[in-house]
Parts: sequence; C-alpha cells; structure tokens
Amino acid sequence: MKNRGWSLETAAMVLPAVLFLIVVFIYPFIYALKMSFTIGDEGTVTFANYIRFFQDSVEMKTVWNTLVISVPVTILTIVLAVPIAYYMRNGIRHEKLVTFFLMIPMTLGVVLIAEGMITYFGRNGWLMLILERLGFIHERTGLIHNYWGVVISLFIQSFPMGLTILIGYTRGIHPSLERASRMLGATKSQTFWKVIFPLMMPGILIAFCLNFTSAFSVFTSAIMLGQATSTTRVMAYSAYITAYEYFDYNFSSTICIMMVIIQFILIGIVFALRNKLYKGASSVGKG
Amino acid sequence: MKVFNQLIMKDMCKSFGNLHVLKDFNLTINRGEFVTFLGPSGCGKSTALNCISGLLNITSGVIQVDDEVLDNGGKVFVSPEKRGFGIIFQNYALFPHMTVFDNIAFSLSVAHRPKDEIQKKVSEVIRMVHLEGQENKFPSQLSGGQQQRVAIARSVVMEPRLLLLDEPLSNLDTKLRTEMRYELKQIHNQLERASIYVTHDQSEALALSDKIVIMKLGKVQQIGTPKQVFLFPANRFVADFMGYKNIWNAKIIAVEETDGIRKIQVESYGISFVVHSTIGENKIVEEALLGSFQKGTDVLLASRPDDISAGIGQFNNMTAIVEGTEYLGTSMQVTGMVRDGMPIQARIEPETLVAAKGTISLTIPPDKLIVLPKVEEE
Repeated sequence: MKNRGWSLETAAMVLPAVLFLIVVFIYPFIYALKMSFTIGDEGTVTFANYIRFFQDSVEMKTVWNTLVISVPVTILTIVLAVPIAYYMRNGIRHEKLVTFFLMIPMTLGVVLIAEGMITYFGRNGWLMLILERLGFIHERTGLIHNYWGVVISLFIQSFPMGLTILIGYTRGIHPSLERASRMLGATKSQTFWKVIFPLMMPGILIAFCLNFTSAFSVFTSAIMLGQATSTTRVMAYSAYITAYEYFDYNFSSTICIMMVIIQFILIGIVFALRNKLYKGASSVGKG
Repeated sequence: MKVFNQLIMKDMCKSFGNLHVLKDFNLTINRGEFVTFLGPSGCGKSTALNCISGLLNITSGVIQVDDEVLDNGGKVFVSPEKRGFGIIFQNYALFPHMTVFDNIAFSLSVAHRPKDEIQKKVSEVIRMVHLEGQENKFPSQLSGGQQQRVAIARSVVMEPRLLLLDEPLSNLDTKLRTEMRYELKQIHNQLERASIYVTHDQSEALALSDKIVIMKLGKVQQIGTPKQVFLFPANRFVADFMGYKNIWNAKIIAVEETDGIRKIQVESYGISFVVHSTIGENKIVEEALLGSFQKGTDVLLASRPDDISAGIGQFNNMTAIVEGTEYLGTSMQVTGMVRDGMPIQARIEPETLVAAKGTISLTIPPDKLIVLPKVEEE
C-alpha cells in the first residue's frame, strides 16, 4: 500500500459505482432514517416514533417473535451444517447428486416451498394423515399456520446456503493439519475441537451473519405459513402493514431502522462471544 | 510410550482398488537406526511411511514393534494417535491459528499433561531447535526454516519412539537444506530412537542414513548402507539412481580369478573393457550373476561420469565425439557419443581443452567399472 494517492483515472472508474450506490442504497437509507425521526409531513426532528416503538407492547412482542424465529433457525442451521460440512470435507460419493438436492430449495423460491409445505405439513397433509393412520397422533393439528411452519420453511431456505459456505471453509483447511493432529496424539474429537473447529470459525461467523439477517427479515413465510397477526407477527410484516394499511410511513421507517439496529446488536454479540472463545481455545497450556 | 528395539514389516502390501502401490515390503528397523526410503515420485515411499504411521491401513502383511502388532491388514489396527510415532510433513502442517508455543505444546496438552511440565518441556525443545524468543509468534510470521524447526520441535517434544520425516527439507533452499540436514541428524542422535526419512534426493539419503531402502513402483529394489548402495548397486535402476549415468549393454568374454581379485573381460559395442573387483565385496550382484560369470553372458557395464578421465590409460580407452560441454567449476561435464547407441557422460578436468564436435580420448580405471545383471526389473 505504497501508493495511496488517487489518480483521476481511478476516480473516474470508481465514480459510476459510487453514484449507483448513492442513488439506490445510501439516499434511500438516509431518507428512511430521516423519516423515522419525523411525524407526518412536519420537518421537526423528534424521538416520538422511537418512544412509541418501545412503549408499544405489540411492537415489543413483534421484536420478540422475530428473534424467537430467526435465532433458533440460524443456530439450528449452523449446528447441523458444521458436522455435515466436516463430513463432506474430503468429498463424498455421489457428491454432485447430493449437492443438487441440497441446492434445490435455494432455487425454488419461498412461495413454492410454502405451498409445498401446506400440502405436506398441513392439517390434511400427508404427514398428519400418515401419523394418524399409524396411531401416533389422535388429533391432526398440522405443522403450519403456526410458529413451527415458519421455522421449518426458514430452515429449508437457509440450510443450503449455510452448508455451502461451510463446505468452502472446511475444504480450505489443509488435510495434513488433521493428519498432523492425529499423529501428535489427538483423538478424532480433540482434532475437531482444537484444530478444525477454530479454523472453521470465520466461515461459521459468515454463515451465521448471512443466515441470521435473512431469517430476521422473514416476511413471506411468516404470512403464508404462520399467523402473521399474532404468534408470527414479525418486524418486516409489522413495517409493511404500518406503511400500507395504516399509511404511517414514518413509524414504518422507525420499525425498519430498529430492525437494522437489532441485527447489528446480535451480530456484535456473536463476534464478542467468538473473540472470548477463540482466545480461550488457543491459549491451552500457556503458563 | 515404551521404546522399541525393532520395527518389523513383513510382506506389507497396500492397494487402492486395483492399484498396487506397495508390494511385499519387508524391512526391519533397529532402535537408533536412521533409515531412508529413497525413490522417484510414485515409487510408494510415502505410502510406506503413511502405512507405518497409521494414517493408512495396510491391505495385507504385518507391521509390528517388537511383539506388538500395529496392523495386520485385518482386525488388528492401532490408530495413529496410539502408536507414539512423530511425523514431520513436507509442508510442515503447522496449526495456523496457534502460536509457536501452542503448536509445540499440542501433543502434551491433548494428553492433559500438567502446565508446568508442558512449560518445561516446550522450553527445552525450543532451545534445542534454536527458536528462543519466537514462542508467541504465529506460523505465518516465521520464515520457511523457522517453520521447519517448529515442525521438528512439535514432533520431538512428545518423545516419539519413531520419527517419520516425509521429504521435510524439500521446501527449503539449498544452503538451508544442508544446515537442516545436519541438525536433523543431530536431533536423531540425541533422541536415540529410530527415524524413517522419505526423500527422492540421493545426496540427502547418503548423508543421513544408516540404511537406505531404494524403491521403484512399489517394490523394494535394494536395501543397504549408503556405501553398499553407492558402490554396489543391485540393478540398473539403483545404479542409475546412484549416479551411474553410463550404462551400456555388454557381453562377458572371459573371467579370471587370482589373489581374491576377479578380472572380467567384457565387450561393449565392439570395444573391449576390463573390470576388476574384489571377490565377495559385491554380494548382491555376485548372487544375481552366480554361475553365469561365463563367456557369452549378456550383462550391463556401468560407470559414473566422475570416474572417467581424459587421456589414455592402461585399460579401457575410447574415443568419443563431443556433443556438448558444461563448465561446473570443479569439473567439466562432457556429453558425447562413443558409438551409435553408446552415449557417454564424463566429468573431466575443468581446464581440459575440448572442441565442440571434436573428438576426445577417455579412459576408465578397471576398478571403477561395474558389471550388472541384465534382467528386466519389474
């Protein structure tokens, strides 16, 4: 990084991208931020929307709902994807086929998955009918139009992405590290926890952040497979109806800004936690 | 871990499907020995090492230390972490997320040794490999030579009963390689255990080993001391690997044995050569040729470029057409042709005047020529 100076050519090349970002991303964000601090068409800056947000028990319940859906889904994705990625690190039989089936949910789109789930997990879906016929259940309740419907659908959508990211990371770990660890007397599980897992950590964090942010902004699944008006009323839905049913764009902006803030806080907590764990794991045996 | 007296491999075989990468490998390694597996890439030397380490299991045969079976190609298989062998990889395989100290302490910390013992032992080996002051650095902050030292220290600290070295010097530059070679031997001597070293570099093998195992396509070609394999290669492959660059087809004309010296007269491409050797010195070749030291037997006649000199001697004189010369400082490498199909490489006095495309008189002393059995090796 010797030459930090900007030449005219460099500036000219970067300009279109910067303009694009300003027009489609930065300006709308600042506009929304500004709206969230105003009421109606008045221009006066006020915290009223935020005070209302924190005093509104429905909104507080909405925040809670969103977290209760997105955090477990993200954790479940990571907890399942880590061992599978580890298992697949040196390639598996019929890998292309397996990968193909794993990737299908990514390509189908939320709506198709939701419709499939309605016919499968619904009160009159195959699953409930089979369970009833086999005598496992006496009353068909269905796994959709409630919390579980949303969780299952989000998991189906987020798992392939989490797994893809983690496979990339496990394959980046040189196989000789694992062999070295075994030869130094570490058991398979010690090798995993002391060598593989810490080296997968950056991938786990990225997968966590991407999956969490996408799960946190859940909208379609919450409506199609949940009870958007009560148990699965999530923040994105709340922002939507505030804007398009109550026409309160200012408060809707506040909800959106709060979504951003909550996501940042959670990601911040995860990074802080990692720093603590990482240090602990690498200082074993130090005097 | 109990130190062993002998590591024994009996009829060790390893196949991957139909690919037989190791065939009937037999070898006994004694405590204190430094053994080298030498051969070109694909000869099975690394596979043999991985089988011994337990990173691969063998297809058939037995690996045992004293009377403890480690792998019999079937039910008995001792996993690598329970064998108490240390390994050093070509790419070092240091843990990138751990400091030098933690890398070296790894084997002790997974064995749950007390902290003060870890501290003491790690400090000792850090001194041994001259890495004082580098304890808190990460591998990426070290030079190649320092990384190599960490890899050595990491294996040595666990006091392995066998040290396995998989081409550990091939990522270093020439000067460092020679230094580290010397240090490796010092460490081996200090440990008083056995070491197995895998390499394709014959000079490393000669410099380090008590015993060299030369391999080709999964089969052992010759086992012997550096002197044995260097002076008395068992076949064409070993001879070529050990620097006998001139290998010619020849026929035995006459054999005469007097005063413990065997004098063999051979003919190669119409030129008569005389070969002198001490009877009983080269057992492998003698056994292979036993009973066939007679007139008319097809053999191979081999010599090293260094043993050929310019001029005319008492025996074995030829004239070659010079095709190229290379000035090497201490000698001059001459590539030429004695007859059609009889190329020659010689290293002669560097000050000799050699005209390109001209002719040169060359001579080989009779005791520097060797006769090899002419059999197609597998």
